[in-house]
Amino acid sequence: MRVSPRNSPAFGTEAAAVETGGTSLAAVAPAETAPAEVAPERLGASRERLDGPAKVTGTAPYAYEHPVEEPAYLHPVQATIARGRVTSIDTGAAEAVPGVLAVLTHTNAPRLADTEDAELAVLQSDAVAFRGQFVAAVVAETPESARHAADLVRVGYGEQPHEVELGPEGGTPAARTDHGDLEAAMASAAVVLDRTYTTPMQHNNPMEPHTTIAQWTADGLTLHESTQGVYSVRSVVAPVFGLDPEQVQVFAPHVGGGFGSKGLPHAPLVLTALAAQRSGGRPVKFAVTRQQMFALTGHRTPTSQRIRLAADDRGRLSAIGHDALEHTARIKEFSEGSSTASGIMYAAPNRRITQRLVPRDVPVTSWMRAPGHCPGMHVLETAMDEMAQACGVDPVEFRIRNEPELDPLSGKPFSSRNLVACLREGARRFDWQRRDPAAGVRREGDWLVGTGVAASTYPTHVFPGSSARIRYEGGRYAVFIGAADLGTGAWTALAQIAAEALEVPFEVVDPHIGSTEFPTATVAGGSTGITSWGSAIVQAATSFRDQYGTQPPEGAEAEGATQPNPDAERFSMHAFGAQFAEVRVHADTGEIRVPRMLGVFAAGRIVNARTARSQLIGGMTMGLSMALHEHSVLDSRFGHVVNHDFAGYHIAAHADVDSIEAAWIDEHDPHVNPMGTKGIGEIGIVGAAAAVGNAAYHATGVRVRDLPLTPEKFLR
Amino acid sequence: MIPFDYRRATDAEAAVDLVHGHPGATFLGGGTNLVDRMKLGVSEPEMLVDVSRLPYDTVEPLPGGGVRIGSAVPNSDLAAHPLIREQYPVLSQALLAGASGQLRNLATTGGNLLQRTRCVYFQDVTTPCNKREPGSGCSARGGYTRQHAILGASQACVATHPSDMAVALAMLDATVQVQGPDGSRKIPVAELHRLPGDEPERDTVLGQADLITAVDLPELAMATRSTYRKVRDRASYAFALVSVAAALDVADGTVRQARIAFGGLAHKPWRAARAEETLRGAPATEEAFRAAAEAELAEATPLADNAFKVPMSRNTLVSVLRDLA
Ligand SMILES: Cc1cc2nc3c(=O)[nH]c(=O)nc-3n(C[C@H](O)[C@H](O)[C@H](O)COP(=O)(O)OP(=O)(O)OC[C@H]3O[C@@H](n4cnc5c(N)ncnc54)[C@H](O)[C@@H]3O)c2cc1C
Ligand code: SF4
Repeated sequence: MRVSPRNSPAFGTEAAAVETGGTSLAAVAPAETAPAEVAPERLGASRERLDGPAKVTGTAPYAYEHPVEEPAYLHPVQATIARGRVTSIDTGAAEAVPGVLAVLTHTNAPRLADTEDAELAVLQSDAVAFRGQFVAAVVAETPESARHAADLVRVGYGEQPHEVELGPEGGTPAARTDHGDLEAAMASAAVVLDRTYTTPMQHNNPMEPHTTIAQWTADGLTLHESTQGVYSVRSVVAPVFGLDPEQVQVFAPHVGGGFGSKGLPHAPLVLTALAAQRSGGRPVKFAVTRQQMFALTGHRTPTSQRIRLAADDRGRLSAIGHDALEHTARIKEFSEGSSTASGIMYAAPNRRITQRLVPRDVPVTSWMRAPGHCPGMHVLETAMDEMAQACGVDPVEFRIRNEPELDPLSGKPFSSRNLVACLREGARRFDWQRRDPAAGVRREGDWLVGTGVAASTYPTHVFPGSSARIRYEGGRYAVFIGAADLGTGAWTALAQIAAEALEVPFEVVDPHIGSTEFPTATVAGGSTGITSWGSAIVQAATSFRDQYGTQPPEGAEAEGATQPNPDAERFSMHAFGAQFAEVRVHADTGEIRVPRMLGVFAAGRIVNARTARSQLIGGMTMGLSMALHEHSVLDSRFGHVVNHDFAGYHIAAHADVDSIEAAWIDEHDPHVNPMGTKGIGEIGIVGAAAAVGNAAYHATGVRVRDLPLTPEKFLR
Repeated sequence: MIPFDYRRATDAEAAVDLVHGHPGATFLGGGTNLVDRMKLGVSEPEMLVDVSRLPYDTVEPLPGGGVRIGSAVPNSDLAAHPLIREQYPVLSQALLAGASGQLRNLATTGGNLLQRTRCVYFQDVTTPCNKREPGSGCSARGGYTRQHAILGASQACVATHPSDMAVALAMLDATVQVQGPDGSRKIPVAELHRLPGDEPERDTVLGQADLITAVDLPELAMATRSTYRKVRDRASYAFALVSVAAALDVADGTVRQARIAFGGLAHKPWRAARAEETLRGAPATEEAFRAAAEAELAEATPLADNAFKVPMSRNTLVSVLRDLA
């Protein structure tokens, strides 16, 4: 008899590392009746990535590396004013560079069929709406000659006054929710807090920059694209070029991270496809440089957020106010939604949540890991720490005391809500009960030491519109869906879901993703990938078994699509978590170190313990990076981000990341979707920075209300 | 980036001749700074003369005491060299506090000394910068100045020199061996880099065709207990906000001699002569260290974003001296 992989020693080790989630699932494994050789898959197993070997051997093709015949290379010219018009362009010197095939400007670029989305209306007019916007592009035989020629394009401008700075006031209302009377509650409460916090502009910086290979053929447009959704690209790009969706083929088998910035197509993709209309049918390649990413591929708005809290003398909240101010590009409105999470986190009869948007002459804002919830929960959870302190209540207990029974906004029940369990389990593991609440009193050598806590949450959605196809051949099940794996583990997790739904061993499933040749899939965004695509796969598997039973004929095939969820209207659906951090601040220099972070999450069923853990600690690391480093410095005189490279825009380096542990509690939610999953791509970042900031306060007695927590803020 | 010619020099004289005869030529070491600048369009040499393979790749004791470091020695080899680790730990520590393992494998002694400022406006050809384009203006003034100078700056330029290694060398009284069109000469490291004054485009006193062939370290007993402390925004892989290279000779609770240099504060490694003078003969106490730091920083002129560098450099120096005493 062969041993089921779930019982192998390797699995045991991994399960111990992730504890609750892995362990409990492992415990049920021996009770299964194993068919012939290998047991059918059960979700939760700790599977190595199917794409792992290809990645570590450098053979997994990323968009730019896809082999194509006779490629030409693109290099853009970017505007050096933040607002105004292009008045002249001299391309003579650029055209004279040997190897240059074409120089595109707004005067000669092919016309787009649809220019409604101003971000994508590349080279369609002389208007400049932000510094760094494309004003020309060179296509050449080599990347070097394209770059050289681009430097030789001379552009004249008629400059207009610009404004890029976000002040504490102003803006147009974007959303507002009122319950009860916030002001009256504030006026009559025993304890009140009224503070304004800021978070800086931040940039998604996936390791792989945005890259495109575009080629026009008789059938239409073929794109090798680094994207979070091949179908998102198709549906956005087709109308821009006046094509039927089927005329746009998109391939993205492997993606080197996106964090939201590859969720929707940006201008570089359109520019490359435009240029490929002038390359004589040759494919055109463009890899955005790191510096260019700071103007062209989206960013997180800076925020200014006012929090008001009122509580009685026992630490029970009577009011929550959250007013968020964000910027948006003048040419394309996008609301981060920073105050949204304050609607559901804590009970309070009086509540006001507002959102205001300030249009600025900046590049387009877009999704960045946990849009809204990331900056919004950072300030809410910092304010909760301040309020716990003001009420004289332990911050874990303070949150538990204000746990709502129903969704405070909608009045609906939660499909499942285990914030309290996460707080308790985290507190137990972190040895929280031995914590001395006094701030700024512990010193080890030159270092001041403290600990902090914050809550996490992220909504659970399923995007409608994914479908999957399953085909049986040669004793194996091929699963086709146009999903994307950004390094998340989707290749593997989707195979696990298919194996479980088909009740077959994992080893006989072959996933096929990342192509518009496969059935429609929604974007890998909003932590919906696994829930949406998985639901379609489960549906396809059910349909397959319904049609063919357990002895399918060779070539048997079935499709299925995500189904509307009747429970979606009845329940409020969210994942929750609790994050704990230990922080050390150097007493002389203010340098800050985070030796330990722990996150405990309640995020429904975990599909793959190994890749889930990696998603969660990845999110927490990004939260650590946000807490300590990330800050796009917008120079208001010029209108662009001046620290636009990795020497200037700091992201946590290895030495900044010490022990980071992620665990989860067993959560069974029958309402969210057929698998019971809630999505884990984003919740790890939510609240992580607040836990670090709260710990820094506990270490030093210094409350930093403006991120990031750089050393000078702790200097005495 | 413009097309350029590439030559590999066979000996120092040939290298100097090649560059001397060509106004658009420049030396290439490991390329970790120069090639970045070329990609950004900040430097546009028409010819690179590669000196990284010249036979200056050894670290050797000098006959009369001290050590000679070849200009082509990689930063990683220099940091790991037993002579350096034992006799000049400050230098080893400074090197290891800089850049990353991969960069240090490529970076050379000569190139490290002559790397250029990381001022974000210097590196961005779309903004005015007196150092890059004399007379165009200084964008840092009134802009983002977190990394900029608080000592010795001028109206024309407030940039800092980014090298960690150079700070240790300045503290050690190292000298640079230079081969130029008119023969060879020696320059103390502390006098190699200039203050910006009215000519911020000139980082150093070297001419275009001056080749660094070696750096000599004097014999220095107190250097065996020297140290380098770098304060930065990240735990690694970030340029210094403030750094201190120091060595202290204390007998019976009294400072006989102190050697101190700051990094991150000026257009050059900042040898803290006033602090050293204040400490000579002073008690080795925290108060004396603080007084010395304050004496050195009395004339600091912080900018909008970098006032913190005054208390940060004071505290760092006090903390380093406390540990050394
Ligand atoms: C991401 C990053 C992070 C970094 N972090 C740090 C840091 O924290 N601390 C730090 O100190 N440094 C840091 N550096 C800079 C690094 O130390 C320098 O790039 C390196 O030391 C330069 O050496 P090189 O041999 O590559 O010089 P090159 O790039 O080859 O040359 C630099 C300059 O020196 C000239 N030159 C080279 N050799 C000679 C010679 N023998 N004689 C005359 N002229 C010569 C060249 O013409 C050029 O102008 C960092 C660099 C990068 C890219
Ligand atoms: S500080 Fe110096 S390098 Fe920076 S912009 Fe001003 S002149 Fe240029």
